[in-house]
Amino acid sequence: MTRPLINVPARAKRGQVIEIKTLISHVMEPGFRHSSIGVLLPRDIITEFVCAYDGEEIFRADLFPAISANPFVTFHTVATKSGTLTFTWTGDNGFSATEQASITVE
Amino acid sequence: MVSAGLRISCIALMLGHAALARGSEIPQSERRSGYDMMGRDTKAMQDDDTANPATLWVLEGETIWNTKAADGKSCADCHGDAGTSMKGVAARYPAFDATRDRAIDLEQRINICRSERQNATPLPFESRQLLALAAFVARQSRGMPIEQNDPRMQPVIASGRALFEGRQGQLNLSCAQCHDDNWGKQLAGSVIPQAHPTGYPIYRLEWQNLGSLQRRLRNCLYGLRAETYPLGAPEAVALEAFLMWRARGMPMDAPGVRP
Repeated sequence: MTRPLINVPARAKRGQVIEIKTLISHVMEPGFRHSSIGVLLPRDIITEFVCAYDGEEIFRADLFPAISANPFVTFHTVATKSGTLTFTWTGDNGFSATEQASITVE
Repeated sequence: MVSAGLRISCIALMLGHAALARGSEIPQSERRSGYDMMGRDTKAMQDDDTANPATLWVLEGETIWNTKAADGKSCADCHGDAGTSMKGVAARYPAFDATRDRAIDLEQRINICRSERQNATPLPFESRQLLALAAFVARQSRGMPIEQNDPRMQPVIASGRALFEGRQGQLNLSCAQCHDDNWGKQLAGSVIPQAHPTGYPIYRLEWQNLGSLQRRLRNCLYGLRAETYPLGAPEAVALEAFLMWRARGMPMDAPGVRP
Protein backbone atom coordinates (compact mmCIF):
# COMPACT_ATOMS: atom_id res chain seq x y z
CA MET A 1 0.00 0.00 0.00
CA THR A 2 1.64 3.19 -1.18
CA ARG A 3 1.12 6.68 0.07
CA PRO A 4 -1.21 8.90 -1.90
CA LEU A 5 0.54 11.45 -4.08
CA ILE A 6 -0.43 15.08 -3.45
CA ASN A 7 0.62 18.16 -5.41
CA VAL A 8 -0.20 21.41 -3.61
CA PRO A 9 1.86 24.56 -4.20
CA ALA A 10 4.04 25.23 -1.13
CA ARG A 11 3.41 28.98 -1.32
CA ALA A 12 0.66 31.12 -2.80
CA LYS A 13 -0.55 34.72 -2.71
CA ARG A 14 -3.75 35.48 -0.79
CA GLY A 15 -6.72 35.20 -3.12
CA GLN A 16 -4.79 33.24 -5.74
CA VAL A 17 -6.52 30.30 -7.43
CA ILE A 18 -4.41 27.20 -6.87
CA GLU A 19 -4.58 23.78 -8.49
CA ILE A 20 -4.51 20.70 -6.28
CA LYS A 21 -3.71 17.28 -7.74
CA THR A 22 -4.18 13.98 -5.96
CA LEU A 23 -3.37 10.44 -7.03
CA ILE A 24 -3.99 7.30 -5.00
CA SER A 25 -3.24 3.65 -5.60
CA HIS A 26 -6.43 1.57 -5.66
CA VAL A 27 -7.72 -1.33 -7.80
CA MET A 28 -11.25 0.14 -8.20
CA GLU A 29 -12.74 -3.27 -8.96
CA PRO A 30 -16.20 -2.36 -10.34
CA GLY A 31 -18.07 -5.45 -9.15
CA PHE A 32 -19.38 -6.46 -12.58
CA ARG A 33 -16.44 -8.55 -13.77
CA HIS A 34 -15.99 -12.29 -13.55
CA SER A 35 -12.76 -14.08 -12.81
CA SER A 36 -11.24 -16.60 -15.21
CA ILE A 37 -13.20 -19.37 -13.46
CA GLY A 38 -16.50 -17.48 -13.68
CA VAL A 39 -16.77 -16.17 -10.15
CA LEU A 40 -18.11 -12.62 -9.79
CA LEU A 41 -15.37 -10.35 -8.44
CA PRO A 42 -16.87 -8.39 -5.54
CA ARG A 43 -16.94 -4.62 -5.79
CA ASP A 44 -13.95 -2.91 -4.21
CA ILE A 45 -13.88 0.81 -4.92
CA ILE A 46 -13.22 4.11 -3.21
CA THR A 47 -16.62 5.66 -2.60
CA GLU A 48 -15.75 9.07 -1.23
CA PHE A 49 -13.00 11.67 -1.42
CA VAL A 50 -12.99 14.75 0.80
CA CYS A 51 -10.57 17.66 1.04
CA ALA A 52 -10.61 19.97 4.07
CA TYR A 53 -8.71 23.28 4.23
CA ASP A 54 -7.84 23.96 7.86
CA GLY A 55 -10.75 21.81 8.99
CA GLU A 56 -13.27 23.33 6.61
CA GLU A 57 -14.54 21.08 3.83
CA ILE A 58 -13.80 22.63 0.42
CA PHE A 59 -14.19 19.70 -1.97
CA ARG A 60 -16.06 16.41 -1.93
CA ALA A 61 -16.48 13.77 -4.58
CA ASP A 62 -18.49 10.56 -4.69
CA LEU A 63 -16.75 7.87 -6.71
CA PHE A 64 -18.55 5.16 -8.67
CA PRO A 65 -17.65 1.82 -10.34
CA ALA A 66 -16.90 3.45 -13.71
CA ILE A 67 -13.90 5.33 -12.31
CA SER A 68 -10.53 3.94 -13.36
CA ALA A 69 -8.01 2.29 -11.08
CA ASN A 70 -5.62 4.62 -9.24
CA PRO A 71 -8.04 7.57 -9.37
CA PHE A 72 -6.50 10.96 -10.16
CA VAL A 73 -8.59 13.83 -8.80
CA THR A 74 -7.64 17.43 -9.49
CA PHE A 75 -9.50 20.58 -8.52
CA HIS A 76 -9.00 24.29 -7.81
CA THR A 77 -9.49 26.40 -4.73
CA VAL A 78 -8.70 29.93 -3.54
CA ALA A 79 -5.72 30.28 -1.23
CA THR A 80 -7.18 32.12 1.76
CA LYS A 81 -4.81 31.44 4.66
CA SER A 82 -1.75 29.46 5.64
CA GLY A 83 -2.72 26.05 6.90
CA THR A 84 -3.09 22.36 6.32
CA LEU A 85 -5.05 20.60 3.62
CA THR A 86 -6.32 17.20 4.68
CA PHE A 87 -7.32 14.63 2.08
CA THR A 88 -9.39 11.61 2.99
CA TRP A 89 -10.37 8.66 0.83
CA THR A 90 -12.87 6.08 2.10
CA GLY A 91 -14.14 3.00 0.34
CA ASP A 92 -15.30 -0.60 0.36
CA ASN A 93 -13.86 -3.20 2.76
CA GLY A 94 -13.04 -0.54 5.31
CA PHE A 95 -10.61 1.26 3.01
CA SER A 96 -9.41 4.53 4.42
CA ALA A 97 -6.43 6.75 3.64
CA THR A 98 -5.50 10.21 4.84
CA GLU A 99 -2.78 12.55 3.67
CA GLN A 100 -1.90 16.11 4.56
CA ALA A 101 -0.14 18.97 2.81
CA SER A 102 0.61 22.43 4.11
CA ILE A 103 0.50 25.71 2.27
CA THR A 104 1.93 29.12 3.17
CA VAL A 105 -0.22 32.05 2.05
CA GLU A 106 1.29 35.51 2.07
CA MET B 1 26.60 6.03 -30.46
CA VAL B 2 26.99 3.31 -33.03
CA SER B 3 30.49 2.32 -33.99
CA ALA B 4 31.37 1.82 -37.63
CA GLY B 5 32.07 -1.83 -36.89
CA LEU B 6 28.63 -2.38 -35.45
CA ARG B 7 27.08 -0.61 -38.40
CA ILE B 8 28.90 -2.90 -40.81
CA SER B 9 27.91 -5.98 -38.85
CA CYS B 10 24.35 -4.67 -38.82
CA ILE B 11 24.38 -4.30 -42.59
CA ALA B 12 25.82 -7.79 -42.87
CA LEU B 13 23.02 -9.07 -40.64
CA MET B 14 20.46 -7.33 -42.81
CA LEU B 15 21.91 -8.89 -45.94
CA GLY B 16 21.99 -12.24 -44.24
CA HIS B 17 18.33 -11.92 -43.48
CA ALA B 18 17.33 -10.38 -46.78
CA ALA B 19 15.28 -13.42 -47.67
CA LEU B 20 13.50 -13.27 -44.31
CA ALA B 21 12.96 -9.54 -43.92
CA ARG B 22 10.08 -8.36 -46.02
CA GLY B 23 10.24 -4.65 -45.58
CA SER B 24 13.09 -2.51 -44.52
CA GLU B 25 14.45 -1.60 -41.16
CA ILE B 26 13.44 1.85 -39.91
CA PRO B 27 16.26 4.32 -40.68
CA GLN B 28 17.86 5.74 -37.51
CA SER B 29 16.64 9.26 -38.32
CA GLU B 30 13.02 8.14 -38.63
CA ARG B 31 12.82 6.33 -35.32
CA ARG B 32 10.11 7.59 -32.99
CA SER B 33 9.34 6.36 -29.51
CA GLY B 34 5.88 5.44 -28.32
CA TYR B 35 5.98 8.71 -26.38
CA ASP B 36 6.48 10.73 -29.56
CA MET B 37 3.48 9.08 -31.17
CA MET B 38 0.95 9.43 -28.37
CA GLY B 39 -1.58 12.18 -27.79
CA ARG B 40 -1.07 15.44 -25.94
CA ASP B 41 -3.08 14.39 -22.88
CA THR B 42 -1.18 11.15 -22.39
CA LYS B 43 2.14 12.97 -22.82
CA ALA B 44 1.08 15.52 -20.19
CA MET B 45 0.14 12.69 -17.84
CA GLN B 46 3.58 11.09 -18.23
CA ASP B 47 5.54 14.35 -17.95
CA ASP B 48 4.02 15.42 -14.63
CA ASP B 49 5.33 13.10 -11.93
CA THR B 50 2.35 13.86 -9.72
CA ALA B 51 -0.06 12.87 -12.50
CA ASN B 52 1.91 9.87 -13.78
CA PRO B 53 0.42 6.86 -11.96
CA ALA B 54 3.73 4.98 -12.31
CA THR B 55 5.12 7.35 -9.67
CA LEU B 56 3.14 5.35 -7.10
CA TRP B 57 5.26 2.31 -8.01
CA VAL B 58 8.49 4.34 -8.11
CA LEU B 59 7.86 5.54 -4.55
CA GLU B 60 7.04 2.01 -3.41
CA GLY B 61 10.21 0.79 -5.12
CA GLU B 62 12.22 3.39 -3.26
CA THR B 63 10.79 2.11 0.02
CA ILE B 64 11.68 -1.49 -0.87
CA TRP B 65 15.16 -0.36 -1.96
CA ASN B 66 15.78 0.96 1.54
CA THR B 67 14.03 -1.85 3.45
CA LYS B 68 16.17 -4.60 4.92
CA ALA B 69 15.34 -8.09 3.66
CA ALA B 70 15.15 -11.17 5.89
CA ASP B 71 18.91 -11.50 6.28
CA GLY B 72 19.25 -7.85 7.28
CA LYS B 73 20.56 -6.39 4.02
CA SER B 74 18.74 -3.85 1.87
CA CYS B 75 19.43 -2.99 -1.78
CA ALA B 76 20.83 0.33 -0.52
CA ASP B 77 23.33 -1.43 1.79
CA CYS B 78 25.24 -2.69 -1.27
CA HIS B 79 24.27 -0.23 -4.00
CA GLY B 80 23.99 2.94 -1.93
CA ASP B 81 22.15 5.85 -3.47
CA ALA B 82 20.23 4.58 -6.49
CA GLY B 83 20.47 8.02 -8.10
CA THR B 84 24.18 7.34 -8.69
CA SER B 85 24.57 3.56 -8.68
CA MET B 86 21.53 2.79 -10.86
CA LYS B 87 21.93 5.67 -13.31
CA GLY B 88 21.92 4.21 -16.80
CA VAL B 89 21.59 0.61 -15.61
CA ALA B 90 18.09 -0.01 -17.02
CA ALA B 91 19.27 1.46 -20.34
CA ARG B 92 21.78 -1.40 -20.66
CA TYR B 93 19.44 -4.34 -19.94
CA PRO B 94 18.95 -7.15 -20.94
CA ALA B 95 22.60 -7.87 -20.20
CA PHE B 96 24.85 -10.89 -20.39
CA ASP B 97 25.29 -12.75 -17.12
CA ALA B 98 28.69 -14.46 -17.21
CA THR B 99 28.03 -16.87 -14.31
CA ARG B 100 24.84 -18.15 -15.92
CA ASP B 101 26.19 -17.86 -19.46
CA ARG B 102 22.95 -16.36 -20.73
CA ALA B 103 21.17 -13.04 -21.11
CA ILE B 104 18.98 -11.78 -18.29
CA ASP B 105 16.62 -8.83 -18.11
CA LEU B 106 16.27 -6.24 -15.37
CA GLU B 107 13.57 -8.11 -13.44
CA GLN B 108 15.66 -11.28 -13.47
CA ARG B 109 18.71 -9.31 -12.30
CA ILE B 110 16.69 -7.92 -9.37
CA ASN B 111 15.55 -11.42 -8.44
CA ILE B 112 19.09 -12.85 -8.68
CA CYS B 113 20.22 -10.10 -6.34
CA ARG B 114 17.37 -10.95 -3.99
CA SER B 115 18.08 -14.66 -3.85
CA GLU B 116 21.90 -14.53 -3.87
CA ARG B 117 22.72 -11.38 -1.91
CA GLN B 118 19.68 -10.90 0.30
CA ASN B 119 18.73 -14.55 0.91
CA ALA B 120 15.18 -13.55 0.11
CA THR B 121 12.61 -15.37 -2.01
CA PRO B 122 12.52 -14.17 -5.62
CA LEU B 123 9.52 -11.99 -6.42
CA PRO B 124 7.01 -13.41 -8.93
CA PHE B 125 7.06 -11.81 -12.39
CA GLU B 126 4.53 -8.97 -12.70
CA SER B 127 4.12 -8.82 -8.93
CA ARG B 128 3.61 -5.36 -7.54
CA GLN B 129 6.89 -5.41 -5.61
CA LEU B 130 9.03 -6.52 -8.55
CA LEU B 131 7.44 -3.93 -10.83
CA ALA B 132 7.97 -1.30 -8.15
CA LEU B 133 11.69 -2.09 -7.89
CA ALA B 134 12.05 -2.23 -11.68
CA ALA B 135 10.23 1.11 -12.03
CA PHE B 136 12.43 2.68 -9.35
CA VAL B 137 15.62 1.44 -11.02
CA ALA B 138 14.40 2.37 -14.51
CA ARG B 139 13.46 5.85 -13.30
CA GLN B 140 17.16 6.53 -12.58
CA SER B 141 17.92 6.15 -16.30
CA ARG B 142 15.44 8.72 -17.55
CA GLY B 143 16.98 10.64 -20.41
CA MET B 144 19.93 8.24 -20.76
CA PRO B 145 20.55 6.69 -24.19
CA ILE B 146 19.74 2.99 -24.60
CA GLU B 147 22.92 0.92 -24.99
CA GLN B 148 23.22 -2.60 -26.30
CA ASN B 149 26.82 -3.05 -27.39
CA ASP B 150 28.16 -6.00 -25.39
CA PRO B 151 29.62 -8.39 -28.02
CA ARG B 152 28.46 -11.37 -25.91
CA MET B 153 24.88 -10.18 -26.50
CA GLN B 154 25.17 -10.43 -30.29
CA PRO B 155 23.91 -14.03 -30.58
CA VAL B 156 21.00 -13.19 -28.28
CA ILE B 157 20.14 -10.12 -30.35
CA ALA B 158 20.36 -12.20 -33.52
CA SER B 159 17.92 -14.78 -32.16
CA GLY B 160 15.64 -11.94 -31.05
CA ARG B 161 15.76 -10.56 -34.57
CA ALA B 162 14.77 -13.94 -35.98
CA LEU B 163 11.76 -14.00 -33.63
CA PHE B 164 10.88 -10.42 -34.61
CA GLU B 165 11.05 -11.11 -38.32
CA GLY B 166 9.60 -14.60 -38.37
CA ARG B 167 5.91 -15.14 -38.98
CA GLN B 168 4.02 -16.82 -36.19
CA GLY B 169 0.58 -17.58 -34.84
CA GLN B 170 -2.71 -18.37 -36.55
CA LEU B 171 -2.64 -14.98 -38.24
CA ASN B 172 0.80 -15.84 -39.65
CA LEU B 173 2.21 -12.39 -39.04
CA SER B 174 5.61 -11.21 -37.89
CA CYS B 175 6.34 -8.36 -35.49
CA ALA B 176 8.19 -6.60 -38.33
CA GLN B 177 5.13 -6.56 -40.57
CA CYS B 178 3.40 -4.17 -38.18
CA HIS B 179 6.26 -2.36 -36.49
CA ASP B 180 8.76 -2.00 -39.37
CA ASP B 181 6.51 -1.95 -42.42
CA ASN B 182 3.30 -0.34 -41.23
CA TRP B 183 4.11 1.88 -38.27
CA GLY B 184 2.14 5.10 -38.13
CA LYS B 185 -0.92 3.50 -39.72
CA GLN B 186 -4.04 2.57 -37.79
CA LEU B 187 -4.82 -0.82 -36.33
CA ALA B 188 -8.49 -0.39 -35.47
CA GLY B 189 -8.51 2.82 -33.43
CA SER B 190 -4.86 2.78 -32.42
CA VAL B 191 -1.75 4.04 -34.14
CA ILE B 192 0.81 1.28 -34.75
CA PRO B 193 3.99 2.31 -32.94
CA GLN B 194 7.53 1.42 -33.94
CA ALA B 195 7.90 -0.75 -30.83
CA HIS B 196 10.85 0.93 -29.16
CA PRO B 197 10.95 -0.10 -25.49
CA THR B 198 12.04 3.27 -24.09
CA GLY B 199 9.59 3.54 -21.22
CA TYR B 200 9.39 0.16 -19.47
CA PRO B 201 7.96 -0.71 -17.07
CA ILE B 202 4.97 1.25 -18.38
CA TYR B 203 1.70 2.31 -16.86
CA ARG B 204 -0.65 1.20 -19.61
CA LEU B 205 -4.02 2.90 -19.45
CA GLU B 206 -5.66 -0.18 -20.96
CA TRP B 207 -4.25 -2.31 -18.14
CA GLN B 208 -4.88 0.33 -15.46
CA ASN B 209 -1.70 -1.07 -14.01
CA LEU B 210 2.05 -1.11 -14.36
CA GLY B 211 3.47 -3.85 -16.57
CA SER B 212 6.78 -5.09 -17.91
CA LEU B 213 8.00 -5.32 -21.49
CA GLN B 214 7.47 -9.09 -21.31
CA ARG B 215 3.80 -8.55 -20.49
CA ARG B 216 3.52 -6.19 -23.45
CA LEU B 217 5.17 -8.76 -25.74
CA ARG B 218 2.70 -11.39 -24.57
CA ASN B 219 -0.11 -9.00 -25.53
CA CYS B 220 1.21 -8.73 -29.09
CA LEU B 221 1.69 -12.51 -29.37
CA TYR B 222 -1.83 -13.06 -28.11
CA GLY B 223 -3.02 -10.66 -30.80
CA LEU B 224 -1.24 -12.77 -33.42
CA ARG B 225 -2.92 -15.83 -31.90
CA ALA B 226 0.54 -17.22 -31.32
CA GLU B 227 1.72 -19.18 -28.33
CA THR B 228 2.90 -16.74 -25.67
CA TYR B 229 6.31 -17.24 -24.10
CA PRO B 230 6.22 -17.94 -20.38
CA LEU B 231 7.35 -14.92 -18.33
CA GLY B 232 11.14 -15.03 -18.05
CA ALA B 233 11.56 -17.37 -21.04
CA PRO B 234 14.82 -17.02 -23.04
CA GLU B 235 12.79 -16.15 -26.16
CA ALA B 236 11.21 -13.21 -24.36
CA VAL B 237 14.61 -11.98 -23.15
CA ALA B 238 16.02 -12.34 -26.68
CA LEU B 239 13.16 -10.26 -28.10
CA GLU B 240 13.69 -7.67 -25.39
CA ALA B 241 17.40 -7.54 -26.23
CA PHE B 242 16.73 -7.16 -29.96
CA LEU B 243 14.20 -4.38 -29.33
CA MET B 244 16.65 -2.54 -27.08
CA TRP B 245 19.38 -2.93 -29.70
CA ARG B 246 16.95 -1.65 -32.33
CA ALA B 247 16.26 1.38 -30.09
CA ARG B 248 19.94 1.95 -29.26
CA GLY B 249 20.76 5.59 -28.72
CA MET B 250 17.16 6.60 -28.04
CA PRO B 251 16.60 8.23 -24.63
CA MET B 252 14.84 6.31 -21.87
CA ASP B 253 11.58 7.83 -20.64
CA ALA B 254 10.73 5.23 -18.00
CA PRO B 255 8.40 4.80 -16.32
CA GLY B 256 6.19 5.74 -19.24
CA VAL B 257 2.45 6.09 -19.65
CA ARG B 258 1.05 4.43 -22.76
CA PRO B 259 -2.52 4.24 -24.07
